[in-house]
Formats: sequence, structure tokens, C-alpha cells
Amino acid sequence: MPAAELRNLKHEIHQFRGRLLVAALMVSALFLVLAGRFVHLQVFEHAHYDTLAESNRIAIAPVVPNRGLILDRNGVELAHNFSAYTLEITPAKTQNLDALIDELATVVDIAPKDRKRFRKLLEESKNFESLPIRNRLSDEEVARFSVNRYRFPGVEIKARLFRHYPHRDLTAHLVGYIGRINSKDVEALEASEQSANYRGSDHIGKMGLEQSYEQKLHGTTGFEQVEVDAGGRAVRTLSRTPPTSGDNLILSLDLKLQEIAWRAFGERRGALVAIEPNSGAVLAFVSKPGFDPNLFVDGIDPQSWESLIKSPDRPMTNRALQGQYPPGSTFKPFMALAGLALGKRTPHYSISDPGYFALPGLAHQYRDWKKGGHGAVDLHRSLVISCDTYYYGLANDLGVDAIHNYVGQFGLGNRTGIDLPGEMPGILPSQEWKMRRFRQKWFAGDTVSVGIGQGYNIATPLQLAHATAVLAANGKVYRPQMVSHVQDARDGKLRPVGAELTRSIAIQPEHLQRIRAAMVDVTRPGGTAAQAGAGAPYSFAGKTGTAQVVAIKQGESYDERRVHERHRDHAWFIAFAPAENPTIALVVLVENGGHGSSAAAPIARIVFDYWLLGKQPNATQPKLGAPGDAEGD
Amino acid sequence: MLRRFAAAATVNLDGLLLTFIAALLAIGVTVLYSASGESTVRISGQLVNIGIAFGVMWLAAKVPPNHLMRIALPAYLVGLTLLVAVALFGEITNGARRWLHVGVTRIQPSELMKIAVPMTLAWYFHRYEGALRLHHYAIAAIVLLLPVALIARQPDLGTALLIAASGFFVLFLAGLSWRFIGALALAGLAAAPVVWNFMHDYQRQRILTLLDPSQDPLGAGYHTIQSTIAVGAGGLAGKGWLNGTQTHLDFLPERTTDFIFAVYSEEFGLIGNLLLLLLFLALIGRGLIITANAPTTFARLLAGAITLGFFTYAFVNMGMVSGILPVVGVPLPLISYGGTSLVTICLGFGILMSIQTHRKLVQT
Repeated sequence: MPAAELRNLKHEIHQFRGRLLVAALMVSALFLVLAGRFVHLQVFEHAHYDTLAESNRIAIAPVVPNRGLILDRNGVELAHNFSAYTLEITPAKTQNLDALIDELATVVDIAPKDRKRFRKLLEESKNFESLPIRNRLSDEEVARFSVNRYRFPGVEIKARLFRHYPHRDLTAHLVGYIGRINSKDVEALEASEQSANYRGSDHIGKMGLEQSYEQKLHGTTGFEQVEVDAGGRAVRTLSRTPPTSGDNLILSLDLKLQEIAWRAFGERRGALVAIEPNSGAVLAFVSKPGFDPNLFVDGIDPQSWESLIKSPDRPMTNRALQGQYPPGSTFKPFMALAGLALGKRTPHYSISDPGYFALPGLAHQYRDWKKGGHGAVDLHRSLVISCDTYYYGLANDLGVDAIHNYVGQFGLGNRTGIDLPGEMPGILPSQEWKMRRFRQKWFAGDTVSVGIGQGYNIATPLQLAHATAVLAANGKVYRPQMVSHVQDARDGKLRPVGAELTRSIAIQPEHLQRIRAAMVDVTRPGGTAAQAGAGAPYSFAGKTGTAQVVAIKQGESYDERRVHERHRDHAWFIAFAPAENPTIALVVLVENGGHGSSAAAPIARIVFDYWLLGKQPNATQPKLGAPGDAEGD
Repeated sequence: MLRRFAAAATVNLDGLLLTFIAALLAIGVTVLYSASGESTVRISGQLVNIGIAFGVMWLAAKVPPNHLMRIALPAYLVGLTLLVAVALFGEITNGARRWLHVGVTRIQPSELMKIAVPMTLAWYFHRYEGALRLHHYAIAAIVLLLPVALIARQPDLGTALLIAASGFFVLFLAGLSWRFIGALALAGLAAAPVVWNFMHDYQRQRILTLLDPSQDPLGAGYHTIQSTIAVGAGGLAGKGWLNGTQTHLDFLPERTTDFIFAVYSEEFGLIGNLLLLLLFLALIGRGLIITANAPTTFARLLAGAITLGFFTYAFVNMGMVSGILPVVGVPLPLISYGGTSLVTICLGFGILMSIQTHRKLVQT
């Protein structure tokens, strides 16, 4: 290395170290400034600031807004608030919690259930929070506690708004419920930068509309400047920014219709979704059995929770939204439409049904539900009598991807996008789907059973109701929507939501007409739902279906009668009415109901009779056929 | 075998740096527990942040400085592009456009620039070492001012100033003449009225508030008033852990993040504060020693900028909390709650460790 450069380098390092020294001195000097400032504040001015801290009496207290109401289309309240007293303990301010609660129990009633619930809340809570030990105190209890209040530091009575769901299990699966904010909610609120608006809020929507419309329902938190005493208790209010109440939700649901549909199920489990075809508005949304959402509002006690979770009826499962069942023969109208649209069938083409279908060159027989077959069957008849053989062959001619692409337009195999959380997507299989899911090739045999809505096919009742509504609306696809209007809390104005036309399927009117005529004949003498259609003063289009229950689920009891009952097929019925100009489309699913014709179709009839004629069902319900007594499907 | 594995894992770490960092983080978590109202959610969140930050530090320490030199310019260009993208399509939170949505996550490109800007400048001066002319400083100034201007426009004046500072440190250490620095200072004073005109209202308000906090006691001045009270009320020995009334009666805003030092001050007093200053000083001192011993111009300048940048964060934050600097959104490094800044800080320390431990390899 040349000497000059070396010297240069040395000079540079020398210069650099000089600069570094300056920097180090700078750092020290500035830290000394800080240290000086600390000494100034904490030693010389300490007394001054200590007084300021002591007399720091102005606190900002949040004012929690009233939560918005949830109303049906006629203004009937499905979720509302009422004011009541709670007895709350701030654990951080107490010494011996158990002893305190024991002593409290001598003044107000505290059941073992309350204690257990309190324990659970305690585990989930932040430290400085006050937690309710008893809700809804009577006036007498309030008075008794007030007299004894001095004995219980850290315990106070608070007036609070309670959420109440007057229709309990009837609307539980759609309205959902609110519950206490837990640490997971806190994280979510922090992530979405909403923590500030939830200061002072104890509850948040956990399920159903309460969850999906949380932002609208919650409202905007107000603030109060209060003067506090040394213990932090508010003494007087200095200024106030009032909260803005949450918006009200107005549903398209008709509670009366909902109730009639609910009752029509009797003791059976199942789901019913009714949709207005030309808007997507949901008119009824039944999932049976339900549960009492009021139990969840202030923390459910472990016993009630256990019994809900362990019940073989699975009341917490939202069958309409999350139950995925093979659509069975309700799939056939969509198949028939695909056959016509894709030119694989003409209305007049007719097969001779020997009672089974076999792929060319293979021995395996895909059986029709009717032994010996239906004889000559054309498109119309294939729907009216629900011929399986016809659709085995059609499926094979179409191929699974064509079925997937065509029927998929009606929304099967995809979430409908309804304004409820937790919707399941169902499965409308395709070659690609099977490869993705099972890393397996698609076999021709897989296609055959897809044609009658079995095999890999599964759908939620909501999806089928949606698909039926699209069929009823001549291919217009509206996103299903529970809420029709949001009532702004500030100006009281109703703002419409929904009625969103997502897309239109181009279907030839003639094809639609054929399918519709066949579905009308399903409900007439000779059709699979003739019994349910008998004597109706309006015409309605329908299709029955049966979903096979393959195996007993694990963990179910071995009570023989029960197992047997739960082994029966699920009954389906899709329908819309009046057939010429439908105002309602629906799906009925009766779990383990047996045949669609006997178990599901009569429920649809009751709902139609009310919706179209205003007819109340008789006190003595029309006899619903016992499983197995009807013909076919 | 196990010992050899342990040796291989720790070969690039610097024991002293690591000790000081760990001590500061321990203090941070302790204060956070009090500041968050004893929230275990916050604590576990911060522990996860620390884990991630340590991982980043460990990885950065493994990367030899000459590799860093190669990625300096590309990293800078990517950062600059992202900043432009933020200006065009960024997401607005709290009135400022700082975040960019990338697929599932969102990123804050200004954070990347905290390291990329000094790294690029260090690379630039390394490249032209021994032959520096005035125009080199001019180009370096442009390299520095482009991202600073973009970030200031977001608006995020705090971060912009911090990046400007770290860039200035590189220029300063590279030998920018004193005369020029003096001229710059004069020009800065002269330009103050112009800058004032370009400032957002809330930025002006913060400076006015510094001069007289009581002017706006419930608005912009509230932070300063309450945090100064907290510091002063701490006294010599503090009110004790979990016993700060300013904290627990809800008077202190942002007490887990930017204002966590007020909580610490109130609960641990002057003794605690001086201990914290000593720890910071020890950490910075170790950084400066590593800087002085660094073998190449690039390593020297980068190490110096990282160390002095860290000092700036600490100084600005404590100055703001104790009421001698305006309120700018700068967290107290290694103490405040939050993952993003912690990761950036530890990335810096990882680079310092790399510079220290790869030294011998370069020299031989």
C-alpha cells in the first residue's frame, strides 16, 4: 500500500475518532441535562408536583351508550334493554373474596350458581374491573344492601342497562347474543383501534346479528369530566359529552311467521329459511332446537353451559347457517335446468327406467329408490316422481365440472354472504376440488351420485333456500339479507340496506317454465308432495328430498331407540309460492324426519297458508305423516 | 457436542450489549405490568414481541457487514418505493397515512428507513472514502432528505426528524466540515419561520404547548402537564411499584407506549431514573466502543449512526415526558410496549454485534 494512502487512512481514522469523541461528549452532556431536569422536578419541585398529583381531581369518565334495538318487520322487539340494579365487586379492592361473598349472602340472595359464574368472570377479567355477583336485584335487596353498605368496601350497587331477548329460543340463532368482553375481544378491539369507544363498555356481540352488526348497535361512547375524591369516587360532573346510542336494526323477518314455522316443527329438530325471491329479504329463519340467549349475557353458569353443550340435540348449532347436509333430491330441479341449458336433454327425451343405472361396461348398479323402476320417464315426470335413474344418467352425460359450473351459479358450494357470522360454505364438488381436498383423481362413478344430490354434495339449508329463491326469481341472484333497514340513532331516519342484486343468471324462459310446471305437479296428485299440496287455493312449486344419514356419530349414547331415531334420513322440501309470481321461497329440513314428502312438505304448506292467506294453523295440527308411510323419495 | 452447538449459536453475540439490553427489557416489562393495570395480555404480548426482536437480532448478528453493504442500496430503494406507495395508496389511521396494506398484513415503510437510510449513507461514504468532495455531501444530503420529506408529509414529524438525525450522524462522522455544520445551523434558524408555515396545526400546537402547557390544559397540553406531574410526584425514591396514582387513577395518557417513562418515574423516583440513565449510557458507551474499533468505513459509520440514533430516541422520549421537548410520537426504546419499534431497535443492535464479532475476520 502506498505511503500516502496509508497516511490518508490514518488521518481519516484519527479524524473519525475525534468526531466520535465529540459525539460521546454530546451524549453525556444531554444526559446530564436530563438528569438535571429530573433532579429539578423530583427533588426541588417535588413538593409542588406531589400536591398537584394529590389534588388531581379531574378524571375523565366514559358514558356508555345505549345499545340499539333489534326489531322485526312489524316493529316487534327481538332484543331490547331494560334498566336494573346489579351488585358488583371490585376484586382489587377486597382482601378475602370468599369471606366477603359469604357475608354478602346474609344481606342479599346469592345462589351457588351466582358464585360459580362469578368465579368464571374473575378468571377472565382485568384486575381493576368490577364484576357482577348478582344481577337484577329487587328493590328490597337494594334497600337492604344500602343500609349495610359500610360493611362491604369494594362492593357497590350499579344501575345498568341489561340486554334482554324476549323471544328466547325462537330467535336465538338469528339475533345471537352479547356477552362480557373477554381478553380476546380486547385484543380484537385494540387491533381495529376501537378500544377508545369501548371504554366503559362491558359487553360485545358474540353471535348472530348482535355480532355482525356490533359496530352499528354499539353506538359512540360519551365522556364526562368528573371531580373525584382521593379514593377515585366521582363527586360532581364538570362537563359532559353525551354518548350517541347505537342504531336500531329492522329486520325483514316476520316474527309471527317465524313462530308459526317454529311451531310446525313440533318436537322435531331441523331448520327452515324463507326468503323473498325478489329482494333476498329473509322472512323466517328457524333452527331448532334453540337455546335461551339471555343465559349468556352476564356469563353463563357452568351447569347450564354443560347441559347445552352435552345435549344430543345440539341446541347451540345453527342448523340453518352451519348445518351441512346432502341436498338429496332437492338438487334435481337444478340438474334438470343444467341438462336443458347445456343441451344434454330435451323436454321430450325419455328414458326407460329399469330401477337402476349402470356405467357402460361396469357391473355396479346405482339403484333408484323404487324397486323395478318407473318405466318411461321424461324430464317432467323425472321431477314429479323424483326418478333417480334419470339423474344418474344425466349427471354422467354432463360431467361433474359442468354440473359444478352451472349449478354453482345458484350459489351452492359457496357462502351466500348473508349478514350473519359463521356461515358454512357447503360443497359442490368438481375435479379440481377433489384433487385439492383428497389429492385424488375424480372417477366417473363419483359423478353419478352427485346427480341426485348425494356423494360429496353438501349444502346448508340457507344455501338451498337461496338457490330456490334464485330459481323463483327467474335467475336473479339477491344476497340473502336479515336486516332491511338501519335506523340512525341521531336523526331517527330509516336507511335501507341490502336488496343487493349480485348477478343475474341467463336462463331461457322456456326452460324455467318447464321446471316450474314440473315442480307445481310435485304438489299435485301423483307428485311426491301431493299430500301437502292437497286443497291449496294457490299453486305452489316444490321438490322433496331425502338426505341419507350414513353413520352414527361418535360420542352419542347407545340408547337403542334414540340411536334408531337418529339414524333415520333427513327430510328436505324446497318450495316457492305462488308458482306464477312467487313472493316467498323456502327450504324445510327435518332432521331424521324420514321422507321429505311426509315430514318436511306439510311444514312448508303451513307457512305458505299463513304468508299468502293469513291463515293461522289449526290448534290441532294437521297430522304429519309418520316416517315411511309416504311413497317415494 | 452441545457446547459446540451453543458456541456456534452465540459466537456472533456481544455479551455486554446483550446484558444491558436484557436489563432494560426487564425494567420495561416490570413497568408495563404496572402501566397496563396488571394486564397479563399486555405482558404476554410484549414477551412475544421480545422473542421476535431477539430472533431478528440473532439473525442480524450472523450477517457479515460486507453482505449488509451489498443490500444497503437495494433496501433503500425498496423503502423509498414503498414510501411513495404509502403516499399514493396508504391506509389512513388517526389522520395520518403511514401504513401500507400488503396482502394479509400491513407495513410501515418508515420503520424500515430507520436502518436503511444510515446504511445507504454509510455505504456511499465507504465507496468514495479518501476522495470526498463537497458534491458527495450534496448527493448524500439528497439521499437523506428524500425519505425524510416523504415521511414528514405523512405526516409523521417525529420519525422524520429521527431519520434525519441518524442520517446527519453519518455525515457528521464521515467528516462534514465544522464550518458547514455551523452554516447549516444558521440556515436552520433562518428557515424556522418557513418551516412553521408548512407545519400542520397539531404540530404547531405541540411546540406552542411546550412553551406554555397551561395554555391548553385538556387538549394538547394535557399530556405534558400530566406526565410532568407524574415525574415530579415521584420524588427521590418513588411511590413504589404499582402505586403511582397518576397511572392508576387514569390521568396519564398512552401510559404503556410513549409515556411509559412517566409511570416509571412516578413509581421509582429519581433513584430509578438515574439508574435507567446509567443503563442507557452503558449501552450507548458499548456501542461507541464497537464503533471506534470497527474495521471499515462502512462499519464505523453504520455503527456510529445506530448507536447515536438509539441515544436520540431515548433522549427525545425522556425529554418529552419530562417536559423539555415537544410531544412527538417516539417510544422509549426497549421500555415502551410495542413490537415494531422493538424489532427495529434490536435489528440495529444485531448489526452492531455483527460488526463487533466479524471484526477479526476482516482484519486478517
